Amino acid sequence: MRALNVKRLWMGFVFVAIGAAFFAVARNYPMGTAGRMGPGYFPAMLAMLLMVVGALVSLQSVLTAPEPMERLDIARLLLICGSVVVFGLLVRTAGIALAAMALVLVSALASRAFDLRWAIPLAVALAAVCALVFVRLLGLPVPVLPPFAY
Amino acid sequence: MDLIANLAIGFDAAVTPLNLAYCFVGVLVGTLIGALPGLGPVATIAMLLPITFGLPPVTSLIMLAGIYYGAQYGGSTTAILINLPGESSSVITALDGYQMARKGRGGVALAVSAIGSFVAGTIATIVIALCAPPLAQVAIQFGPAEYFALMVLGLVGSIVLAQGPLLPAFGMIVLGLLLGTVGADPETSAPRFSGGLPELADGIGFVAVAMGLFGIAEMVSNVATMEGKGSAIRKVTSLTPTRSDMRRIVAPILRGTAIGSVLGVLPGGGAILASFAAYSVEKKVARSEVPFGSGAIEGVAAPEAANNAGAQTSFIPMLTLGIPANPVMALMIGALIIQGIQPGPAILREQPQLFWGVVVSMWIGNAFLVVLNLPLIGLWVRLLSIPYHLLYPAILLFCAIGAFSVSNSTFDLWLVAGFGAVGYVFSKLGCEPAPLVLAFILGPMMEDNLRRALMLSRGDPSALVSSPISIGLLVAAAVILLAIISPAIRSGRMKAFQESA
Repeated sequence: MRALNVKRLWMGFVFVAIGAAFFAVARNYPMGTAGRMGPGYFPAMLAMLLMVVGALVSLQSVLTAPEPMERLDIARLLLICGSVVVFGLLVRTAGIALAAMALVLVSALASRAFDLRWAIPLAVALAAVCALVFVRLLGLPVPVLPPFAY
Repeated sequence: MDLIANLAIGFDAAVTPLNLAYCFVGVLVGTLIGALPGLGPVATIAMLLPITFGLPPVTSLIMLAGIYYGAQYGGSTTAILINLPGESSSVITALDGYQMARKGRGGVALAVSAIGSFVAGTIATIVIALCAPPLAQVAIQFGPAEYFALMVLGLVGSIVLAQGPLLPAFGMIVLGLLLGTVGADPETSAPRFSGGLPELADGIGFVAVAMGLFGIAEMVSNVATMEGKGSAIRKVTSLTPTRSDMRRIVAPILRGTAIGSVLGVLPGGGAILASFAAYSVEKKVARSEVPFGSGAIEGVAAPEAANNAGAQTSFIPMLTLGIPANPVMALMIGALIIQGIQPGPAILREQPQLFWGVVVSMWIGNAFLVVLNLPLIGLWVRLLSIPYHLLYPAILLFCAIGAFSVSNSTFDLWLVAGFGAVGYVFSKLGCEPAPLVLAFILGPMMEDNLRRALMLSRGDPSALVSSPISIGLLVAAAVILLAIISPAIRSGRMKAFQESA
C-alpha cells in the first residue's frame, strides 16, 4: 500500500468536522432567500463550502507526495495554554501578583532548562513589575493581592 | 498646492508633544518586543493594542504606526543577528544580512537596513499623500457589489502569500469567514453560534484570535527548538557603512522603494511580497562585489526598503477603503473601530486631521526609528542574548494581561488559550494563520455587502458583476487564482519559498 500524505488527510478531516459542526447549528437559523438572507444563509453556505474544501483536501492526501504527521508536543501545549487559563482563574480573586507568578511557573515547566532556581526569581520579579505597571500605573481594575492579605 | 496644504494639516495634528511622545514610546516598545525572537509585528501589535484604547484616536493610531515600524525593524534585527526572522517579510533580509553578520559586518547591515527603511518610508509617505485622495474619490462611488468584489480580490491575494499549498489556504479563508459570522446577525441582531454565552454576542474578540494564532502557537513550537539559541550572537562592531557601501546601496534602495510602494497597495499584498520581489530584481540587476546569499549589501538594502515602503503604502487601502491589506492592517482597523471610527472613504472628508495626521506620523515614526535604533543597537543585541526560557514566560504574561485588559474579561483569556491550541495544531498540519485572520476580519464586512447587494437586486446574483469596477476586480481575482493554479508559476512560487527557508 502506498503511503498517504497524512498531514493533508488530517487537515481535510478537521475542515470537514468544523464545517459540519457549524452547519448543524446554522440550519436551525432562519435561512431566508438570496434576496433577503436570514441569519443562517451566509454561514450555512460557508459551512457547506468548508466541508467540500475539506473533502477535496483529504482527497489530495492520495494524490500528493506522502508526508508523515508531525509530532504534536501535547505536554508543552497544555502547559503553555494551561498557564493562561490558570492566570484567568486567579486574576480576579487572588490578585495579579499570584496569578502572574502562577502563569510564569506553569509555563516555565515547558522549558527543558526548567529549574526552580531561575523560575522562582523570574516569577517574583515579573509579578512585581506587573503589579506596579499594569495595576498601579495603568489602573487595570484587578486586585494586586488576595483580599485576606490586607 | 494641495499636497503641501494637506501635509501641513497632518503636521499640525501629529506634531504635538503628546503625540510625539506616544510615537516615540511606540517605536521603542515596538522594536523592543519585535526584537524578541519569535514575535513578529502582528503578535507585537496584538499584544500592545490594549494600551492604546484609552488614547484619543489620532494618538492611538500614531502610536500603533510607531509600534508597527518598530516591530518590523526589530524583526530585521533578529533576522540579521541570529538568522531568526521574526516575521515572513524579514525572511529575505536574513539571507544576506546574517551572512554579513557572520563576517563581522552585522552593524553595517543593521545601519543599512535602518537607512533603507527611512528613505523608503519618506518616499512612500509622499506616495500616500499623492495617491490616497484620488483613490478615496473613486472609493466613494463604490457600492456593496464593488466592496464585495474588492474583498474577494483581497482574500485571493492572501492565498498567494500563504506559504504552502493552495487548497488548504483556501480552507483557512473559509474557516476565517465562518468564525467571523459568530455573534449577532448584522440585520436582525439574532445571536449566531454563541452557544448562549453573552461574551460571544459581539463576536469573537479578534485580539484574542490574533494573539493565540500568531503568538502562543509560535511560542509552543519555539520552546522546544530554541533552547539556548540566544547565545550565538556575533559581536557588533562598526555601525558606519563605508563610502563604497553607501554608493552601492543607493540604487537598490530606490528600486526596492519603487517595488514596495506598488506592491504594498494590493489587497493581500504588502510587505512580504515586496521584499521577495525586490530581492529577485536585485539578484538580476545589481552587480554586487560578493555573490548574493553570502553577504551582499544590496541584498539587505533592497528588500528592507521594499518591505518598509510596502508596509507604508498598505495603509492606502486601509484608510481610503476600510479594507485591510494584511493582518497588521486588520488589527489597525480593529483599533479604529474600537475608537468608534469606521475606516473608509468618508474618513478623508470628515476627519482630515486623523487621515493626514496618520500619514505624517508614519514619516515621523520612521525618523524616530533611525534616531533611536542606531544608538540603541547595542541594547537590542544584549536583549537577544537573553536565553529564550527566561523570555517566553514574560512574553506570555504580557500577552495574557494584554488580552485580559481589552475588555477586562477572563473569557478573552480562554479564547487566547483555545486559539493558541488551534493555531499550534494548524501550524503542525502546515496551515498558515494569516489568511484565516484576514478572512476573519473581512467576514462581517463581506457578508454585509453581499446581503445588501443581493437585496438591491432582489436576489439576482448578476448584480455582483453589473459595474465595470466590480467586473474588473473579480477578473483580477480570477487571474491571480488561475496564475497560482498554473503549474509554471506554482513551481516558481515553491522555489521562491524554498530559497528563503
